[in-house]
Amino acid sequence: MFGDYSLGDLGAIFAMQGFAGLILFSVYLLMALGLAIIFGQMGVINMAHGEFMILGAYVTWLTSVFFSEHLPSLFGIYFFVAMALAFCASGALGMLIEWTLIRRLYKRPLDTLLATWGLSLILQQTYRSVFGPREVGVTLPDWMMGSLPVTDVIEVQINGLFVMGLTVLITTAVFIMIFRSRFGQQVRAVVQNRQMAGAVGIDTEKVDRLTFGLGCGIAGVAGSAFTMIGSTGPTAGQLYIVDTFLIVVFGGAASLFGTIASAFSISQAQSTLEFFLSGSMAKVITLLTVVGILMLRPQGLFTLKVRR
Amino acid sequence: MKTAPSFMDRKDLLALAVLAAILLIAFPVLLDGFRLNLVGKYLTYAFVAVGLVLCWGYGGILSLGQGVFFALGGYGMAMYLKLEASSVENTKIQSTPGIPDFMDWNQLTELPWFWQPFHSLPLTILLILLVPAFFAFVIGSAMFKRRVSGVYFAIITQAIAAIATILIIGQQGYTGGVNGITDLRTLHGWDIRTDSAKFILYFVNVALLLAVVCFAMFVRDSKLGRILVAMREKEDRVRFSGYSVANFQIFVFCLAGVFSAIGGAMFTLQVGFMSPSLVGIVPSIEMVIFTAVGGRLSIFGAIYGALAVNFAKTSLSESFPELWLLGLGGLFIAVVLVFPNGLAGIWRDYVQPSIDRAFKLRSKDPADPGHDVAKQASTLPAE
Amino acid sequence: MSRDDKTGFHSPLRRKLLMGMAAAPFAGMMPKTAFAQTPATATVNTTGLAVTDTEVTVGILHSATGTMAISETGSIQAEKLAIAQINEMGGVLGRKIKFIQEDGASDWPTFAEKAKKLLVQDKVAAIMGCWTSASRKAVLPVIEQYNGMLYYPTFYEGLEQSKNVIYTGQEATQQILESINWVVKEKGAKTFYFIGSDYIWPRTSNKIARKHIENFLKGTKVVGEEYFPLGHTQFNSVINKLKLTKPDVIFTDVVGGSNVAFYKQLKAAGINLEKQTLITISVTEDEIDGIGGENIAGAYSCMKYFQSLDNPNNKEFVAAFKKMWGEKTVIGDVTQAAYLGPWLWKLTVEKAGSFDVDKIAAASADIEFTKAPEGYVKIHPNHHLWSKTRIGLAQKDGQFKVVYESPQLIEPNPFPKGYQ
Repeated sequence: MFGDYSLGDLGAIFAMQGFAGLILFSVYLLMALGLAIIFGQMGVINMAHGEFMILGAYVTWLTSVFFSEHLPSLFGIYFFVAMALAFCASGALGMLIEWTLIRRLYKRPLDTLLATWGLSLILQQTYRSVFGPREVGVTLPDWMMGSLPVTDVIEVQINGLFVMGLTVLITTAVFIMIFRSRFGQQVRAVVQNRQMAGAVGIDTEKVDRLTFGLGCGIAGVAGSAFTMIGSTGPTAGQLYIVDTFLIVVFGGAASLFGTIASAFSISQAQSTLEFFLSGSMAKVITLLTVVGILMLRPQGLFTLKVRR
Repeated sequence: MKTAPSFMDRKDLLALAVLAAILLIAFPVLLDGFRLNLVGKYLTYAFVAVGLVLCWGYGGILSLGQGVFFALGGYGMAMYLKLEASSVENTKIQSTPGIPDFMDWNQLTELPWFWQPFHSLPLTILLILLVPAFFAFVIGSAMFKRRVSGVYFAIITQAIAAIATILIIGQQGYTGGVNGITDLRTLHGWDIRTDSAKFILYFVNVALLLAVVCFAMFVRDSKLGRILVAMREKEDRVRFSGYSVANFQIFVFCLAGVFSAIGGAMFTLQVGFMSPSLVGIVPSIEMVIFTAVGGRLSIFGAIYGALAVNFAKTSLSESFPELWLLGLGGLFIAVVLVFPNGLAGIWRDYVQPSIDRAFKLRSKDPADPGHDVAKQASTLPAE
Repeated sequence: MSRDDKTGFHSPLRRKLLMGMAAAPFAGMMPKTAFAQTPATATVNTTGLAVTDTEVTVGILHSATGTMAISETGSIQAEKLAIAQINEMGGVLGRKIKFIQEDGASDWPTFAEKAKKLLVQDKVAAIMGCWTSASRKAVLPVIEQYNGMLYYPTFYEGLEQSKNVIYTGQEATQQILESINWVVKEKGAKTFYFIGSDYIWPRTSNKIARKHIENFLKGTKVVGEEYFPLGHTQFNSVINKLKLTKPDVIFTDVVGGSNVAFYKQLKAAGINLEKQTLITISVTEDEIDGIGGENIAGAYSCMKYFQSLDNPNNKEFVAAFKKMWGEKTVIGDVTQAAYLGPWLWKLTVEKAGSFDVDKIAAASADIEFTKAPEGYVKIHPNHHLWSKTRIGLAQKDGQFKVVYESPQLIEPNPFPKGYQ
């Protein structure tokens, strides 16, 4: 297939393909970060993760409608407001769910799976009743659509850059919070030994609630960002759930570095395969490889030694 | 102190008799043909649920990929029926007569090799049982030998269900794609679409289910069942006692897979088609829910759970489609939070004692497995 | 829920006017019974359907929940509107239409179950329903076994014909061939790139398109063909392939949420649809609601109906639809086709003078509906509709500007020779 192209063209294509892979990597990482915190750090299987993302997307939509009707002059920057609101909304809902539901289930991780699946059904139906069964179209400010021409052929998508920047920002923030702050210290202490953490005076319940809220809030931001590239409808959240879990598990559940590494390898594999094969097969091969590797190395790419 | 429970004590026999009476007498008498066929469809899920009781309730292995095994059975049966329906004279308008219609639409000119065995009914039945067992063995031995358990196993099996769906839909020339394998007509010359055939199939289905229940009880009450519970509670201690934990896990996972496949084959026969919408993540989780609602530690509970949830689904979605999802979601949460032992737990904790009191029928056997189970379940292990 | 008070025809004067207009075109061909006193139930219903002296029951079977609810909601709304309007005009053979709505829940076995319930338990006289091919395939054996009548609204892949089904959408050749001829003639297109969702409708449609391009047109070829799983949301790799192959025409049949992702990413990648010709056979006004008009403006869509069609029938239909379902609702091709279902059934029943399915199936051929929003339709003996094909240019406001309309009605050809 490359016979007809000049070397320059090929170089440009590979550059763009590499960039496409990086965008996919950012998307995957953004999807997975919230879950990596909730599942990796707390051991809770949150099947409603996708629905928390879609809540963020709906908040973004509501904000865009509000701005276009009441503050049209500020429409260009509404997206930042929307992301902040999405974080708050999903985070608040997450804390509420943690308080009413999840905290009763910390000793039964498999049961959190069932309960959060039930929660996801309830949320889906709620979205459908409130926002209608049809998809909503989120209008983006003009400056976010389109691309920057680097050379004649190579063009860089602005929203791709935006997602990448956002991912870097959030990942850094999460790392600082988990590994450099007092709160992070407490989170890690609770993960490693809940009873001892309680014994030294950490309010484990509060830490749990904040951690869960943080994970859900990041999911909300991810959902908000995905209005740029995906659809917003009551059932759109389900599209993300398998990919997200596989990324977290493949990375080694308790390791945030692992999540990054796995998001990177899966996204590169998929985007390369998609280029050479057809879309469906690329997906199957990627998933099969991941599952195959997980069967051989069930603990994932990176593991954290934890005393159980 | 106490001896291991014998296979089928008085209570089990009573429960079996009640179940048989409901399924074989009450339903056929009370329900019209249409509703009875629906019950038949629900009962095919009960096969999966019984398998999950052994695998999840007793073994502690939660598989979110049971839909794959259900599909292997269902597709096996559907392939046989489709070949029979695609005789040369039935398909003479096709460019290649004698192959299933969807293959013709996808430019296949001959039957793929893996369809060939499904010309023969005995071979089909054999494959319906063996292929799922083989797959479960491969998946199980890869994972259990490496001590994958709990949450990881659940997520990996879920991914397998997702892959299977994409594969089936993507390879539509070989599998019928998203439409599934439809328009099935006869089983070895016997028209399965008529009302009388549906009536007979219902009884075949119930008979198979009762057989599966008996076998499941046999496994539960054998030494194997005790080892499974021990493994769920303290895997390492069982391992140190010299048992090969992985082999037991593989066995029970295979068994659950085969049960599901039987259910799938009966589904195809009674519903008249097989489709990838039964393979994926959603149906697989729903099957787990049936088990949880019925009581994950009760073989009979699982059957009543499958029936109850599906009855509720059908009747609620007929009158209030919007409420149905809210109700289902709420049910999951309620089952997990309030009734971790499901219907069986409610029965044992509230109904049974009052019946016992009414009949002054006190259980004299302290080794009654029901009570053991209740105790175990109230302290489900942390992982 | 109350239906009768929500219709678009409140003024009695207007109602009379409408009745007159609707009745006039077929006054000549209708048997006298249609205008006589209500005929006795025993004569119009010999097979035990749910028909009383004052009422006749039909079923509506679509997904109100699950992933397909996004698409099927419009069909439900259109069918309810048509039923309400027919009731306003006095019903069918003097009987008001009552409907029972069932939820297929985006699950094919559930569709089969509910179809059977409607036929066996409720004894409905007809079913308006299904959307995806898979749901139709699941329902078809049930409909045939219990001898029901299904009015199926979606454009679909063809390769099917049943006594018990009236296909009110277009089959693939009706939709596709005209659009390819048009793009080759108008845009001088030589190379095509196909992108679709991975299931039977896009694959069959693309097969027909490919055969047409390779066998029937000179100097044109297909340079790429790709399928993505339903619900796929990442299209950057294929967009790079598009940049590499530089096809004259991108021909898409991507469905559902993938659509939204595809067009947003296409725009973000700097592919300007004003310059790059893109023809889709899967995007209606409904989909644009989710995609956003600014993201797809400049694309061509090939359908038999657009909300913006300029004819009196359509103006009235759009006004009535918005009055019943809100100013903001949009009407896509399938919604309009779903609206045809109850009307075609009513006309057929009146021609046959009976609700019996066998008589309706026999009487269906050559039924004409002159008040159709798309203009005029006629049922072909193969139970598909004669219809025109139109090409619309997507606008920023989410509507289409019709740039081409086939001069004649196109004959439906569900088993096209030379395209297999």
